[in-house]
Amino acid sequence: MTQSDSGGTRLDPWLGSYASRAHNMRSSEIRALFAVASRPEVVSLAGGMPYIGGLPLEEIGEMMRRLIVEQGETALQYGSGQGHEGLREHITHVMALEGIRAHPDDVVVTTGSQQALDLVTTVFIDPGDVIVAEAPSYVGALGVFRAHEADVVHVPMDENGLIPASLETTLAALKAEGKRVKFLYTVPNYHNPGGVTLSLERRPQVLDICRRFGVLVLEDNPYGLLGFEREPLPAMRSMDAEGVIYLGSFSKTFAPGFRVGWAAAPHAVRDKLVLASEAAILCPSNASQMAIASYLDHSDWQGQIKKFREQYRERRDAMITALEEFIPEATWNVPDGGFYVWVKLPEGLDAKAMLPRAVTARVAYVPGTAFYYDGSGSNYMRLSYCYPTPERIREGVQRLAGVVAAEMETLRIFGPDAVGPTTTVQFPSPDLA
Amino acid sequence: MNVLILAGGLSHERDVSIRSGRRVKDALESRGLKVTLADVDAALIPTLRKLGDDDVVWPLLHGASGEDGSLQALLELMDVPYVGTRAREARVAWIKPVAKAILSRNSVATPDYVTLPQSLFREVGADHMMGALLDRFPPPVVVKPARGGSALGVTLVTEPGALAHAMVQCFAYDDMAMIERALFGTEVGVSVIGTGDDARVLPAVEIVCEGPYDYDARYNAGRVEYFAPARLGAEATAVVEATALEVHRTLGLVDISRIDMILDGGVPNVIDINVSPGMTETSLLPQAIEASGSDLGVLYETICADALARYRSR
Repeated sequence: MTQSDSGGTRLDPWLGSYASRAHNMRSSEIRALFAVASRPEVVSLAGGMPYIGGLPLEEIGEMMRRLIVEQGETALQYGSGQGHEGLREHITHVMALEGIRAHPDDVVVTTGSQQALDLVTTVFIDPGDVIVAEAPSYVGALGVFRAHEADVVHVPMDENGLIPASLETTLAALKAEGKRVKFLYTVPNYHNPGGVTLSLERRPQVLDICRRFGVLVLEDNPYGLLGFEREPLPAMRSMDAEGVIYLGSFSKTFAPGFRVGWAAAPHAVRDKLVLASEAAILCPSNASQMAIASYLDHSDWQGQIKKFREQYRERRDAMITALEEFIPEATWNVPDGGFYVWVKLPEGLDAKAMLPRAVTARVAYVPGTAFYYDGSGSNYMRLSYCYPTPERIREGVQRLAGVVAAEMETLRIFGPDAVGPTTTVQFPSPDLA
Repeated sequence: MNVLILAGGLSHERDVSIRSGRRVKDALESRGLKVTLADVDAALIPTLRKLGDDDVVWPLLHGASGEDGSLQALLELMDVPYVGTRAREARVAWIKPVAKAILSRNSVATPDYVTLPQSLFREVGADHMMGALLDRFPPPVVVKPARGGSALGVTLVTEPGALAHAMVQCFAYDDMAMIERALFGTEVGVSVIGTGDDARVLPAVEIVCEGPYDYDARYNAGRVEYFAPARLGAEATAVVEATALEVHRTLGLVDISRIDMILDGGVPNVIDINVSPGMTETSLLPQAIEASGSDLGVLYETICADALARYRSR
């Protein structure tokens, strides 16, 4: 261990070498508490893990066997930095389901859409630049923005998604302060964690506002095909190809283990994204890309998405029914697609402070503070219904009800000032994002 | 000799336990031992039933069930050799106010304290209760779960207005809170190896922390500066080491422990007792071992061998 001048050690010989952005990369007790979420005794309503138990694994296994046997020398080799051409062609057909007309050359395949998010941020953000995001926003995106030393300003949503008037007010105020706003980050469909969808009416309004202020739109859309009640709304990119970078993913419509996502961007942006991607990873995995291309070629992938929708609808219903039965004192949205319910706890309760009690009660969730850049949102929690069975969802909500009751009892005993807001921001692990 | 390390569990300290388990496994494997890592789950009892004559168990769970005697009771029920304090003594050491009471009776200094359950705050009224508490224990005080570790739920209260929040934070982890007078002297952790008259101390590790010595400080390198051995004079070192041995023996601890103290006017005051101390990259015991000039793997192997020998000699 390297000793300091005083003769002691801080156990990290590189402490003085880290970039300033790395100093906040610290494991917290909240992240550690999530270590129990993987145990079967714990009902985890925290993870954003898709239910892939319904996939035709035998068929996929045979497909992958054939891929390696018949095309192994390509699949196991380095490939194009922009991504496999055949897959990019497929991706244009996938995006067409949401109204996007694109050429394969517009597409950059990435290692998950999380990497696409990181590339866009790398290409656009200097330290101190402003990103505007919904309130709340996807925790994985906030982590990327923080790592690039951006400043994030939240804009409120309601049941129809981002509020255009609030967006305009925010952008005007930032402009008056001389701030550089580089892009609006939005998850317009079945928002993570908010559960809401940006209405069709508001989409051109948001685009128009951003256009007037010279702000790019980063449209992150992993859940667009997972609606329960209706066909997908037209993507924002379908309305403005030059003003929108679209991020897509196969993680929820197929499986996250392949780590394949993409960005569809205006050509000049696309060129920079390709260069940035090559600098970071050389190229995305050929094996994964070709596996997905083969899946799209040979499997009834759209039929599978329909099955997913039904499975997630059933789970959503189980969660809403359980909330109504066991925690009627809370409030929540009823999502019509996606994976998440956004719950507002009774006044005075702090979801982060409650988490140790929840762990003891063998139920896990993600506290709302994870989804705000400034760590606010302590009165909220995100509940995921994507992974557990309906029976486990019910069990989990019932356990959560006990936790809420115990916290409310504590609040009654000690008064509202004793609970207090917590503002520490956490970094949940990838399977919880 | 083969070693089965139990790590993980379902407590708030699962993550720390898994990291401890992996580090100990690596160290033992460096000595050529066959080591298996297992969690405490439905597969545990079938696994224990399959243990052979040369197998020994090292329970490395932190927090409840790992340190409160529960797991030890199971191992005794299954009649398997294991490292560490026996079930009854572990249960006593886990409950801080009980351990402190025993130490006080044996003239070991420990900060003045009171233990209060959440139910009492409800029954007599929180305002009255906190008023009585503040009269007798004005800040600065430390509020901590009566049963817990890794600084989870622990708050240093420096002003009366912050006491209620500290109590609420504490009750999230345990329904019993211990409120101790805060001391601000040199803080050290002293690891003890062995049992009874054969117990010996390792060099004390001094902790100098920027801000509170909380979970973040303990498990992320940077905020804490460690001095191993502690920067104590010969007399203070002797008193600190004697205190650690006294605690280890008085409480009947076995094989391994860590006693945490704060020196108040030169008097070591015991603030925590750990029968399953952390073994991670930032933990105090591995630092103490290295400061003693020993090899981690050699010492861990010796601990396991002693546990097996003790079992065989019953």
